[in-house]
Amino acid sequence: MENNKRYWKGVEELTNDLDFVKNADREFPEYLPVNSNKESSEDVGTSSNRRDFLKLMGFGIGAATLAACQTPVRKAIPYVVKPTEVDPGIPNYYASTFQMGGDYAAVLVKTREGRPIKVEPNKLSPINQGVSSQIDASILSLYDKNRYKSPMANGQEVSWADLDAEVTAKLDEIAAAGGNIRVVTNTVMSPTTGAAVGEFIARYPTTQHVQYDAVSYTGMHLANERTFGQQFIPSYDFSQAEVIVSFGADFLGTWQGSLEFSKQYAETRRLGDGKKDMSRHYQFESNLSLTGSNADYRQPIRPSQQGVMVASLYNILAGRAGATPVSGGDMSNATLGKAAEDLWRSRGKSLVVSGSNDPDVQVMVNAINQLLGNYGTTIDNSTPVNYRQGSDASMAQFIDDLKGGQVGAVIFFNSNPVYDHPRGAEIKAAISSAALSISTSIIPDETSEGVTYIAPDHHYLESWSDASPKAGHYSLAQPTISPIYNTRQAQESFLTWAGNSTKMYDYVRTYWQSNMFDAANALDFDMWFDKMLHDGVVEMSSEAVELTYTDDTAAAAAGIGRNYSKDNAGVELALYQKSAIGTGAQANNPWLQEMPDPISKATWDNYVTISQAMANEMGIKLWEGKTETVNLTVNGVTMEIPAMVQPGQARGTVGLAIGYGRTKAGKVAEGLGTDAYPLIGMLNGTCSMDITQGVTVEATGNQYQLAQTQTHQTFMGRTNVIQEATLAEYKSDPFAGYEGMEIHTSEGIKEPYAISLWGSGHEYKNHHWGMAIDMNTCTGCGACTVACQTENNIPVVGKQEVVNRREMHWLRIDRYYSSDAGPASNGFDIDGQAALEIASDNPQVTFQPMMCQQCNNAPCETVCPVAATTHSTEGLNQMTYNRCIGTRYCANNCPYKVRRFNWFKYHDNKQFADVNTPANDDLGKMVLNPDVTVRSRGVMEKCTFCVQRIQLGKLEAKKEGRRPKDGDVVSACTAACASGAIIFGDMKDPESQISQVLGITNSDDPEVDKVVTNPRAYHVLEELRVHPNVFYLRKVRNNEGKPETAEA
Amino acid sequence: MQATSTVRTPLVTGGKTIHDVTEDICRHIENKPNKTWMLATTVSLGVLLAGGYTLAVLLWEGVGMWGLNKTVGWAWDITNFVWWVGIGHAGTLISAVLLLFRQKWRTSINRAAEAMTIFAVICAAMFPLFHMGRPWLGFYWVLPLPNTFGSLWVNFNSPLLWDVFAISTYFSVSLVFWYIGLVPDFATIRDRAKNKISKAIYGALSLGWTGSAKTWMHYETVSLVLAGLATPLVLSVHTIVSFDFATSVIPGWHTTIFPPYFVAGAIFSGFAMVLTLMLITRKVYKLEDYITIHHIELMNIVIIITGSIVGVAYLTELFMAWYSGVNAEQYAFLNRATGPYWWAYWSMMTCNVISPQLFWFKKIRTSIVATFLLSIVVNIGMWFERFVIIVTSLHRDYLPSSWAYFNPTLYDIGMYMFTFGLFFTAFFLFAKVFPVINMAEVKSVLKGTSSKTIEDAKAAKAAAAKTA
Repeated sequence: MENNKRYWKGVEELTNDLDFVKNADREFPEYLPVNSNKESSEDVGTSSNRRDFLKLMGFGIGAATLAACQTPVRKAIPYVVKPTEVDPGIPNYYASTFQMGGDYAAVLVKTREGRPIKVEPNKLSPINQGVSSQIDASILSLYDKNRYKSPMANGQEVSWADLDAEVTAKLDEIAAAGGNIRVVTNTVMSPTTGAAVGEFIARYPTTQHVQYDAVSYTGMHLANERTFGQQFIPSYDFSQAEVIVSFGADFLGTWQGSLEFSKQYAETRRLGDGKKDMSRHYQFESNLSLTGSNADYRQPIRPSQQGVMVASLYNILAGRAGATPVSGGDMSNATLGKAAEDLWRSRGKSLVVSGSNDPDVQVMVNAINQLLGNYGTTIDNSTPVNYRQGSDASMAQFIDDLKGGQVGAVIFFNSNPVYDHPRGAEIKAAISSAALSISTSIIPDETSEGVTYIAPDHHYLESWSDASPKAGHYSLAQPTISPIYNTRQAQESFLTWAGNSTKMYDYVRTYWQSNMFDAANALDFDMWFDKMLHDGVVEMSSEAVELTYTDDTAAAAAGIGRNYSKDNAGVELALYQKSAIGTGAQANNPWLQEMPDPISKATWDNYVTISQAMANEMGIKLWEGKTETVNLTVNGVTMEIPAMVQPGQARGTVGLAIGYGRTKAGKVAEGLGTDAYPLIGMLNGTCSMDITQGVTVEATGNQYQLAQTQTHQTFMGRTNVIQEATLAEYKSDPFAGYEGMEIHTSEGIKEPYAISLWGSGHEYKNHHWGMAIDMNTCTGCGACTVACQTENNIPVVGKQEVVNRREMHWLRIDRYYSSDAGPASNGFDIDGQAALEIASDNPQVTFQPMMCQQCNNAPCETVCPVAATTHSTEGLNQMTYNRCIGTRYCANNCPYKVRRFNWFKYHDNKQFADVNTPANDDLGKMVLNPDVTVRSRGVMEKCTFCVQRIQLGKLEAKKEGRRPKDGDVVSACTAACASGAIIFGDMKDPESQISQVLGITNSDDPEVDKVVTNPRAYHVLEELRVHPNVFYLRKVRNNEGKPETAEA
Repeated sequence: MQATSTVRTPLVTGGKTIHDVTEDICRHIENKPNKTWMLATTVSLGVLLAGGYTLAVLLWEGVGMWGLNKTVGWAWDITNFVWWVGIGHAGTLISAVLLLFRQKWRTSINRAAEAMTIFAVICAAMFPLFHMGRPWLGFYWVLPLPNTFGSLWVNFNSPLLWDVFAISTYFSVSLVFWYIGLVPDFATIRDRAKNKISKAIYGALSLGWTGSAKTWMHYETVSLVLAGLATPLVLSVHTIVSFDFATSVIPGWHTTIFPPYFVAGAIFSGFAMVLTLMLITRKVYKLEDYITIHHIELMNIVIIITGSIVGVAYLTELFMAWYSGVNAEQYAFLNRATGPYWWAYWSMMTCNVISPQLFWFKKIRTSIVATFLLSIVVNIGMWFERFVIIVTSLHRDYLPSSWAYFNPTLYDIGMYMFTFGLFFTAFFLFAKVFPVINMAEVKSVLKGTSSKTIEDAKAAKAAAAKTA
């Protein structure tokens, strides 16, 4: 059929308009001004020409190109309304409080654009001047992606309202039926937390608050109850002690209150400014601890000897004092005799402490301190400390109740007893017998794995809280970031379940208003509380308590007689904590895992420490971290653990660190090392870290690779590296120990410094930054290394890369053991040098923090082909990452071997995702310091003297129109140091601490820019004349210069 | 040319005529490759590809694939670099220095030796390039190029930069020298070429060589000038390479004896490598008449001399360490001999100092098998020398806390294999398409020193006497 339909293009076609017909054959019928070239045509707006075409094309191409090239903006959200207190690029500091498992520090939290990036000590605190590695690293635990993200019930995410409803209903049900409710915590030293738990107990009266500590201090409480009638731990003042005797107490490392003691101890060790006296420190211990490695006299003993030793010391002193000796204390030992002499001479200015958890031993220690008149001088009974309040008995009771089905509800309040209690397995098996089980853990752990409800707490940096580390001392904790996940502060949970809907901020405020605020001294609570928030800490007068001493030595000696012996023949096991990992609570923190143990320099592992004698017997050699495993059997339980040959380990003993072998902790920690908690035994009714019976160690012959950052143990007698003197030598000659090289020239013998090819050297017109490290006060704890890692975004490389000797730490602490061999006659003395490689059985230990020495004549600077490392006008040896092409020549030519190379891409790399969490996941990256570049693969990096802090300090001063003054610029390591061993500042400023300490005077000689007059100051490798800007103050030991024999 | 004594031993044996020379050399280029060549080239290519894989992984993942660590920042990479550069020394020495000294025996070996130089330098250059953390920037940032980074310039204080100049200069001069020498031979091949393609290619390569007296005159002059230019380079390259170590502060590196010691070592290893390669080429290409026992013996004598210089240098180092009174320096040398790397030191001592002394025996230095084995031993020894200098000095330097041990990984070995593959592939390709013996120069020594001409002369003399 023919289609008759017709279509028109428009009315014009239908009507056959003239205009239409004329243009009908054109594609565009209307007039198009395509070829118009008339600039002055009337319709300028629509006309176009060649120039316009080119312009438009240019713009079009340009626009298209720009649009195509645009870098996608990722998650950078600008402030719509800028908070008044936040300036981009300017850090804010908030005073807060770190508390974890009874460890405490008043801290300042550095935040940038609303996220905390660094924890530093609150210098207003009378207790801690520094922070420990664990406190430093705790910031990364905030950004742990393994954390609980919301409340959970039976493994399902639920809302807080649902959780509260279910929990309250169950609690009511249990309480109504008279069922027991238990709140299990570590030591709670926060008064407000105590009050919140108190409200919970008031609401559910069948509740008991069970406190325990992973490492128990019950023995001290019980001993003080026996001698003073009260359970408490007194305050110690090491700064007043001229003689310090410690029986296994690692008071500079992992003992309760060690941060404060490090500061006090350092005061007694500091020399100079006319002070020529220092304390004398005796240590009797089995494992070589951080404290033991700082001791002047260190006597290795078996754990089974400790009681006898303490009793023997008591008897010697009792003999002097005319008191009744006790039975059994008849062990004679040269070191012990000498210690007794010194103690007696320094009555009232001495201190004896013990790390034992046996009440009998602690009663004996109290008796010794009483004999010496130390109460009231170095020991303050009226200011008890609250660091450890756990009770072994109540925890044991709880476990028995739980197993007996007598616990209706159990709340694990930030405690993980399944892992960190010796009876953890029993708890794990019995949790299900409780009708209600809740954990407030912030991160999945062994205990929270088995409970029904998870009510995840905030991280401490998201929380309001307070702390009372000691009687009369209070500290506030404020949040520094809004909660990252849907968590709720555990105290608030307790209040909610108790029917109190107060928010924690109001609760803390109200508590402080009613309990701490003294209306008589301050007018306005708001102003007072603001000041408290600003300062973070406050000290209040507390009443002096007069406690009467009761002698209980006879009973204690009887107990010691039962439990200790002079000459146990079997192998004994002494469990200990590593500085970084401690009890294992923060095991999922890669910074801590990679921090080398201060003594063994091992990372990512625990191991059985065995003496060299035992290693020889078993044929085990430790070379470059290669070792063998041993079968450690304790009372029938056998574990295969790598062996670490440890100089200083008491003969016949082995050591093993707790805190490893986590089965549920997060990707970083799981599968590392062996869990030693189940090995903790009971002695005299308390938990004991020493197992003296039923221990065997057998070689297995299986190879194992430990990841050590330092594998050579001795300093090979190199006095250009380590210089030491005894106190007696120092007193007679302050330069004692200086062993400079003499250079024979045609003009006679000269010191290396007097000869130069370099001419007049660098001129420093404005600043000249320098550092002085007092090796006398440096305890080697390693807090500075983590502070450095945090501040400078230093990657974590993981165990295998540490094995490959590629850890990235800019600041390391070299640990050297002494050798029995005398100095070798020269470098060619084959036997002499070989003998120097072997550490003494009971070595003297020297710690030497080592970082870029910022040489004025830097060997690295001359060899870089592209001038990527250059010298600044302020004496810094600068590293330009962008320019570096990675030839590694600078690192080779660095005599201090402090340069670190990015062998791989450590950020955003799956290979390192499980170890370098700060640069691999979005949450972890929040911890990065925005002032410091994250280095790319293939470039060199090293210590910068925290150049970003120097620049900030200078800018702040400039804004205020003044010169920077001392203290405006503090490097991260200096800030963290608990003992004030690292001094940093401007050597051009005569008022600065560093100028004062080094005694810098100007020189007339143009080749010498400054003269250092401190007789203890020396440069490492002085003879190379690289002119470092880091000075070391020679170590002085208060002894005769020779270590003690290895056998007690 | 100058007169040659009839008592002098002939340089080319077998009574070769000038035409024989052309035939013997060109045959390999014009014929189809033989089975031995195919096999060797395939193996070399295989090694190159396998090594190339490890190189690719290295570039993708980072230098961490090697076994280096915080203490030992250079190990196999720079060891191999110095080793290859050292090998690359013999070529120029033979061509330039021996040319200046009018040592005619060099004519049959200089072409291959120069080729070896060029390939060895290329192999050597791989290491400084790929040992860098960021080679994609480093390859041009080390050149003093005008740039948009402001006043940023290279650091002329750095011996690594001197290396860049020294190696690139040496490479360019060697390449030009080698190529100029090839021109007359290319012309010969062009003239004999039967197909158009090879005629065109060799025609282009021969730069329009006519063979006129004028051309020859220019050729001789250029050779002499280039020889004069190249001679100081023979000394300078390894001197500058040794500055990498000598100007540093590391005990065992910071030694003023390094420049002459390195140069002697380089000639030592270079001659050993030339021997290794020439003995193979001689066998495969049946060039026994051109590369005679006499050549081999002369080269072995050079090896005794340079080996002894190296040995004296080792002893001098020990003496200087003792005499310096510097503990670290003394310990560095004690550690070399008795430390964890004692085996490397004693391998070096055995291979470099003791084994070449065997060449004092005429029987050994004229034995092809012994020469071949010893030439390999010397090259192993010279590798260990660089390893000892680099790794054992670094692994225990000043601060005992940083002392560490270096273990190579598969990728260290792979990269070394890569350069071997590259070297041999290039060498075999060269042997196939380029004349392995300088025909033009060999022809020049044929008349005076070929055994046949001498016999001819003797026969003529005898005939003359008879007539008389």
